[in-house]
Amino acid sequence: MPFVIFVTMFLILPTMNIIVGAFQTSDGSFTLQNIIDLQNGTIPSSYWISVKISVASAALGCLIGFAMAAAVVFGAVPAWVKSPLMTFSGVASNFAGVPLAFAFLATFGPVGLVTLFLRNNFGIVLQRDLGFNILSFWGLTVTYLFFQIPLMILIIAPALEGLKKEWREAAEVLGATAFQYWRMVAFPILFPSLLGTFALLFANAFGAVATAIALTGSSLNIVPIQLYAQIRGDVLGNPHLGYAMAFGMIVVTAVANVIYIWLRIRAERWLK
Amino acid sequence: MSIWARIAGWAALIFGLLYFFVPLGGLFEFSMKARRGVYSFDAYASVFSDPQFQQTFGYSVIMALVTIVIGILIVVPTAYWVRLKMPWARPYVEFLTLMPLVIPAIVIVFGYIRLYNTSSWLPLTGSVMGTNVLLAFGYTILALPYMYRAVDTGLRTVDVATLTEAAQSLGAGWATILGRVILPNVIPAVLSGAFLTFAIVIGEFTLAALLDRPAFGPYLQRVGANKAYEPFALSVIAFGITWGCLALIQLVSRFSKSAPRKA
Repeated sequence: MPFVIFVTMFLILPTMNIIVGAFQTSDGSFTLQNIIDLQNGTIPSSYWISVKISVASAALGCLIGFAMAAAVVFGAVPAWVKSPLMTFSGVASNFAGVPLAFAFLATFGPVGLVTLFLRNNFGIVLQRDLGFNILSFWGLTVTYLFFQIPLMILIIAPALEGLKKEWREAAEVLGATAFQYWRMVAFPILFPSLLGTFALLFANAFGAVATAIALTGSSLNIVPIQLYAQIRGDVLGNPHLGYAMAFGMIVVTAVANVIYIWLRIRAERWLK
Repeated sequence: MSIWARIAGWAALIFGLLYFFVPLGGLFEFSMKARRGVYSFDAYASVFSDPQFQQTFGYSVIMALVTIVIGILIVVPTAYWVRLKMPWARPYVEFLTLMPLVIPAIVIVFGYIRLYNTSSWLPLTGSVMGTNVLLAFGYTILALPYMYRAVDTGLRTVDVATLTEAAQSLGAGWATILGRVILPNVIPAVLSGAFLTFAIVIGEFTLAALLDRPAFGPYLQRVGANKAYEPFALSVIAFGITWGCLALIQLVSRFSKSAPRKA
């Protein structure tokens, strides 16, 4: 089958190559030194800040996306909102990239729309009064949310629709308050979906390269940016350390995705 | 539904919509500020007259079309074959098609550079054409999850086995079956996959930049580092293309819904 050959050549083999390279010295013998060397220099801090940004944008994305999906699914807003919102989410969730970075620069940057609006009308200077800078941890997090929220909506809306009316009615008949229903029925059922989506959002933010590079250049030391610089010019001075970094990225996103898949299988037990 | 739940629902929705539309508005507004004090399309004029814009944009469009063709050639027969002959393989194929979402693009392209460099068994990066081919294959991989899902969903509404048997009993070979029976039946699905592929390829940055090809994404980033208003105008154009593709997907799916159901 051409499909298997194609995927092997352009997906599996290149990835395996990096993984193997992470465990080799420059003359090809086996070593763990590259993995150990990941503890040196700026690498741990770049992993740390990458993880922080991914966690923050995934958590906020889950929260806001959940609220929006719930508003639509449970009929707090008119039903016709749903279809455009879902289509919009489908596109926006894919919209990580250079243009996204510019959109946020034009909005929250030093002379952006919101920045100027706040300064002229309320006398608030984002940078000085709120300590907000688009080229920082929070700036990147806020930008990532643009594709994180829609992704959350896309994945969690079907799960919310899977909550059967009978469960709520049964809870009400038994005298449960709305809060009790949420805490003791709906939330435990949704929990695997929520946590799983969180893992997926985390992986999504962790692998985003283009947005970060266009937004911050190289001023923020996150893993994808460092790896990008390493591929272009071997800034770490050891090509195999680059493979080890790439391997680290695969491990982080793979773990997050395994959690997602595992929890989704659990979630589907109830949501049929 | 209590009044508080309603208010909370509206608040969440309005907050979300503001979140999506304010940056787009900010982008558009900023792109028109090239002339002091008044709104103008100066930045757009400057962009359109830049020969590099035309070159990189043309390059990306061609790459997108090539990617779509490769994608169709690989995905349609595979999805068809899996549905018809190897239903047991479906979870595995699906898993493979989802891998590009797990492995970051930067890692995949890193692997390409190592595996297909000038001193390797298949020196694709050694020539311009080879690198182009490699880039198109890379894009196909990136678009694989979307393309496969679209086509597979399309095939679900078609009775693949009956169609195949009917075509076979009329004397059709495999190429005829695929090209003249199956493909026309899943055209709406293929098209929506194709538009999504197009939108992804046009703005893609990582692969093109690291393989050093003159595509639109890297150009946008380069302009962004050097000019004041042009990158914002370019971003508006990129957004416009993506939304255009989205609108076309909508149109195609609506068209296929209103068309009489094919057996």
